[in-house]
Amino acid sequence: MQIEFELNGATVGTSVEARTSLADCLRDNLGKTGTHLGCEHGVCGACTVLVNGEAVRACLMLAVQANGDKVVTVEGLSSDNLSPLQASFRKHHALQCGFCTPGFITTAHALLTAEPDADEERIRDVLSGNLCRCTGYVPIIEAVLDARKFYAVQKEKA
Amino acid sequence: MKPSAFEYASPATLEEAVSLLHAGNGNAKIISGGQSLMPMMAFRLAVPEFLVDLKHIPDLNIIRIADDGVHLGARVRWCDIAGDARLLTAHPLLAEAITHVAHYQIRNRGTVGGSLAHADPSAEMPGVALTCDALLTIIGSSGTRIEKASAFFTGPLQTTLEADEILTELHLPAWPTARRWAFKEFARRKGDFAMAGVALFYDLDGNGRAENAHIGAIGVSDCPIRLGAAEAALNGNVVDDNTIAAVAAAARAEIDPPSDIHAPAAYRRALVGTLLARGLTQSAG
Ligand SMILES: Cc1cc2nc3c(=O)[nH]c(=O)nc-3n(C[C@H](O)[C@H](O)[C@H](O)COP(=O)(O)OP(=O)(O)OC[C@H]3O[C@@H](n4cnc5c(N)ncnc54)[C@H](O)[C@@H]3O)c2cc1C
Ligand code: FES
Ligand code: FES
Repeated sequence: MQIEFELNGATVGTSVEARTSLADCLRDNLGKTGTHLGCEHGVCGACTVLVNGEAVRACLMLAVQANGDKVVTVEGLSSDNLSPLQASFRKHHALQCGFCTPGFITTAHALLTAEPDADEERIRDVLSGNLCRCTGYVPIIEAVLDARKFYAVQKEKA
Repeated sequence: MKPSAFEYASPATLEEAVSLLHAGNGNAKIISGGQSLMPMMAFRLAVPEFLVDLKHIPDLNIIRIADDGVHLGARVRWCDIAGDARLLTAHPLLAEAITHVAHYQIRNRGTVGGSLAHADPSAEMPGVALTCDALLTIIGSSGTRIEKASAFFTGPLQTTLEADEILTELHLPAWPTARRWAFKEFARRKGDFAMAGVALFYDLDGNGRAENAHIGAIGVSDCPIRLGAAEAALNGNVVDDNTIAAVAAAARAEIDPPSDIHAPAAYRRALVGTLLARGLTQSAG
């Protein structure tokens, strides 16, 4: 089936089978391999992308269901340099192998965009939907807490 | 694994969706949030030949609060419920129970109708529907029917839904403001399915005694269940330590929970008693 959606700000068209997941479409058809696939059944969160501004599991959505939507992958969150959230992950050593990182970054980005004043409990609650097998979560939470100030400024400007 | 091949349609009306399901002759399935169906298809536990997406059907995503209670369209998502502050007073038990459903990203797509139709014995929404005497509106090629939640769930992942039927609305009866209630569950990780959970409410008569007790449990049987003996132990009594102990004991005695890799039966039985005691203590406070 022929589908068209907005990917990281630009309109893209591609042809997929009905059974192709959004995650596979992003990786295989559109080259956005920042979207990682861990479990492929909704448990790990590595495949998280933004669809119309909301964080969703790309492995639990069909590509055809994204027809006409606005999709943002981890590649869409920065252009040349690291985004403030990504830089905060680097500063706090919030990644080791990095496999889970795109899912954490996209999830935290969605959360802080909507709720820049999210407290630690809220951040822990939201990030509990993502699995990391390397870092033990504490540095990840610290990185997200630290990045809140950038989102608060953005929200004020908007 | 990947799902097997299927065809996909996204009809604009309910009538069209019903006729597509009907034409599918048992091999067509609805997709709503996809948060249960997609994993089932990836594991090839479900191999539908045709998927009918509810996405473009209007008005199924409405939360309506009326004198007769709360009406949730089938496509209302967990995040929609969490974001609707009216529900904190219109149906506090629902609002609380829903905070335990799944994780942030899944809550952006998982829906009320999908959860009810999927009928996971550990899911919160079926438990709330059963405990609250909810009514379900179901539309199919032979017309519309209203079914009681108590008749709807027939087994694990089984309901009375026919292959060409669509659940369109859940109606939770009106909630008196003075009502006492609690929802408690235990899961290893927040957002995961509960090992067991309880939903309860009751009203107080003029003498401060409990009446109209409704107590339901999830994760302890093939379906969500009502705990009749526990309800009987609560009705007519002041909710004090003695009553709470008696209700918890009655609940432990009347359930026959499964053993699985998550917990042995004895653990689940003890857990239900503990959760119920905590819930009753909270509700009385
Ligand atoms: C990692 C993970 C954790 C989860 N944790 C929880 C949890 O703690 N508690 C919980 O309750 N749920 C949990 N879920 C399940 C989640 O809430 C599901 O989204 C929900 O149960 C199904 O809703 P859906 O809209 O995604 O349905 P879908 O997956 O689209 O559909 C599920 C089934 O219902 C049928 N169906 C859907 N809509 C209708 C309708 N309107 N009429 C008739 N049939 C219909 C479909 O054909 C399918 O058989 C979890 C899911 C995941 C992936
Ligand atoms: S790959 Fe999607 S949640 Fe694990
Ligand atoms: S950094 Fe390796 S899984 Fe998270």
